[in-house]
Parts: sequence; C-alpha cells; structure tokens
Amino acid sequence: MELTLIARGNELASSREQLRRLGSTTSCAAFETRMSAAGLAPLTATGIEVFQINVGKFCNQTCRHCHVDAGPDRTEQMSRETAQLCIRALAGTDIPTVDITGGAPELNANFRWLVEQARGLGRHVMDRCNLSVLLLAPQKDLGQFLARHQVEVVASLPYFRPAQTDAQRGEKVFDKSIAALKLLNGLGYGHEGSGLVLNLVHNPAGAFLPAQQQALQSQFKRELGRRHGIVFNRLYTITNMPISRFLNFLIESGNYEGYMQRLANAFNPAAAAAVMCRHTISIGWDGTLYDCDFNQMLDLPVQAPALPHVKDFDLARLNHRCIATANHCYGCTAGAGSSCGGATA
Amino acid sequence: METYYHPKDLAKFSDMSKGSPQLWDKFMAYYGAVFAEGALTEREKALIALAVAHAVQCPYCIDAYTQSCLEKGSNAEEMTEAVHVACAIRGGASLVHGVQMRNVVNQLSM
Repeated sequence: MELTLIARGNELASSREQLRRLGSTTSCAAFETRMSAAGLAPLTATGIEVFQINVGKFCNQTCRHCHVDAGPDRTEQMSRETAQLCIRALAGTDIPTVDITGGAPELNANFRWLVEQARGLGRHVMDRCNLSVLLLAPQKDLGQFLARHQVEVVASLPYFRPAQTDAQRGEKVFDKSIAALKLLNGLGYGHEGSGLVLNLVHNPAGAFLPAQQQALQSQFKRELGRRHGIVFNRLYTITNMPISRFLNFLIESGNYEGYMQRLANAFNPAAAAAVMCRHTISIGWDGTLYDCDFNQMLDLPVQAPALPHVKDFDLARLNHRCIATANHCYGCTAGAGSSCGGATA
Repeated sequence: METYYHPKDLAKFSDMSKGSPQLWDKFMAYYGAVFAEGALTEREKALIALAVAHAVQCPYCIDAYTQSCLEKGSNAEEMTEAVHVACAIRGGASLVHGVQMRNVVNQLSM
C-alpha cells in the first residue's frame, strides 16, 4: 500500500509548501488575475446550500490522487463534542444538504450519530464512500444503516476497468469496489424508484482532464451493466486538484507545469461563476470553517468578517463572504468545471 | 539538439493564421464541425484521429490525440487497438500492392 506524504516525510505534506509550489508555477497567470479579467473578482458566496463535514483523515486506502493525504496512519478525527457543535449549527439554519466526507467518513466513531442527527433534522445526507469500507468486517451492517436512513451514497470509482482503478486507488481496489457496488445494488441502491441514490465519482487516473460527464456516464452505465450487472444513478466527473498527493504525483512524474498549463488553458468563466465554494461551507475535523474541502487541506480558512469556527457559526456573515482563492482553484474552473457534484458548466 | 520537430511548436499551431487568416478561419470552423458529436461520438472520432495520426506519423497529432482520447474516456487498451488498426491498414496497403507486382511478374514471365 502507498504511504501518506506525512509517513514518507515528504515536504509536500506541508500546506505551506504546497502553496509555495502553486504560487511559483511558471506556466499560467495567477488565478486571481484570470478571475479579474473575467469580471469575477473578488469571488463571493451566494448563500449556503451544502453543509460539508470532513470528519477526519483516517482511511483504509491511500489513493495516489488523494487531496486529503488520508490513510491508515492519520489520526485526525472529529470528536463527539465537535460533531455536536456541527449539529447545533446546522439546526439553526435551513441548509438542505449535509455532505459527509473524510478520509473514510464511516470509520469515524461519530459518523452514524451525525447521520441520525442530520436526518432527524430533515436534511438530505450524502456519504462520500470509498466502497471498500463496506467490506470491512466491523462495517458489515453499514450498507443497511445507510439504506435505513436513506443516505445518498457518492462512491468513488475512477473507471470501469481494473487497471486504471487500481493504478489510482491501490491493488485489488477495483474488485472490492465491484463487490461493494453489488452489495449496494442488492439493498436497492441505484435502482430507479427505490429512493436510494447511488452516484459514482470519476477522477482521471493521470494528468489529464475528465471526459464530458454525460458521455462518460453513458459509457460507465453500459460497461458496468454489461460486465458486472451493476446499476447506478449518476456519474460525477471531478478534475484532480493539483494539491497534496496528486501534486506530488505531478511533480514526480514531470507533469506539473504541463498540467497547470492544461488547467489554465481550459479556464472557463461559466465554470468559474458556478464553483461550488459559492454555495458550500466546509467544516474540518477540528471545527474550523473553510470555503471548500480543498481550501481545508491547504489550511485556508474562511476570511473575516466570517468567524472561522463552527462554535461561532454565523450564517449571515458566511452567506456573502469573500472566498479565498489560489492557483489550485484552476482545478474547479477548467473545461466543464468541477465540483463535489461533478461538472458545473 | 536541433530537430525539425519541437514539442512546443504544437502550441504555436495558430501561428498558421498569420499568412492567411480567412483560410485559417475556414479550416478551423471545418475542423471543429468534424470533431463535434454527430453520428459518431466525440470519443469515437478522437480514436479515429489517433489512428490516422499514427498512419500519417504526425508527432503533434499523436501528442494531441493521445491526450484527447484520455480526456474523452478512452483507455490505453482501446487506444492501442486503434493504432493496430492503422498499422493493419498501412501493412495491408503495402501487401495488396503485391498483386501489382505479381501481375507484372506474370506478364513478363514465360
């Protein structure tokens, strides 16, 4: 299994070093310059529709593109106290969607409590699932739990063939992913009319942009159905963000400047206007508030006058905050755009 | 080392508009229309382009359409098969001309 950047003692484990590399790229103009030219600076929030909770960095996998640098050696985990602060903040709003991510969020001791509380408040809940977690012995009832609470499962599967999937996510992960998808299908997930939504996430297995979402979804549906009898609802295409382990891959493989140039050349003002951070708030394992999960990993919290901790959650201040940007943001504005919900333009 | 082909020249393709912008504009409009989704998908067209790039042995086109194929959801197995199609047609084209050779042999031989 791959090691995390921290376990390797890699200097890119530091968010400061990542930002330094991103800031010193020679192949594209500063992101802020492009946004100004497009009339989109400063980028501001438009309200909050998604309450995204990152419960920690512990994961049973160490995918090569992971922007969290998650893995089995990571110990950062959201406590029950912080989870309670999240639910208290959520209860004071009418934000309709709670998006729980990690790491492998299901391995946090407070995951199921968070799901129950958020569902109790009548919110739609999404679980960003790596699929293999469903096969772990202590999680044998996880699928039934998710189904019982009608949690939308957003599952990572970069490709419908083993080679590309295992190259990105680890040896034999494809086989485990297929087994987990069959388990979810068996519970009703992915079947039209079941009310149990199963969406897949595609990240390219390399230094290139994702395919057009609708076309790739058709391909996935055809191939997963034909080869494995698997059904799902929608496919989200997500561009790999040039941070953390994917940044390390880009630099080590000699693709960094070429990839940044590719992202910048594909800058799309329509995608830039529709970036997810404008309607999302991202909460870190320690309760710190961020504009998105990527800014969270770069230690770029929400800017004043917004208050940067969930214990002080102030929706009015957050709704129209200015969003922190840097060159990694090119990842969300290239081509058809990219977000946790797939293409944006 | 000096070489006729420079990878950075691919990004200068649009320099070809400078001599004759009208013809360039017409070519690019046609080019864009050819690769748009039609009876064939954009992915299928990119695979054909990749095969043709190998047939005409254009390193710029191979670079561009390898990336394009990946970005349209094709995988290395499909792309390798496309190159074999180009190879088979090129090889077959040589071989089928052997019939001309045999015709001449038959004409001249006792």
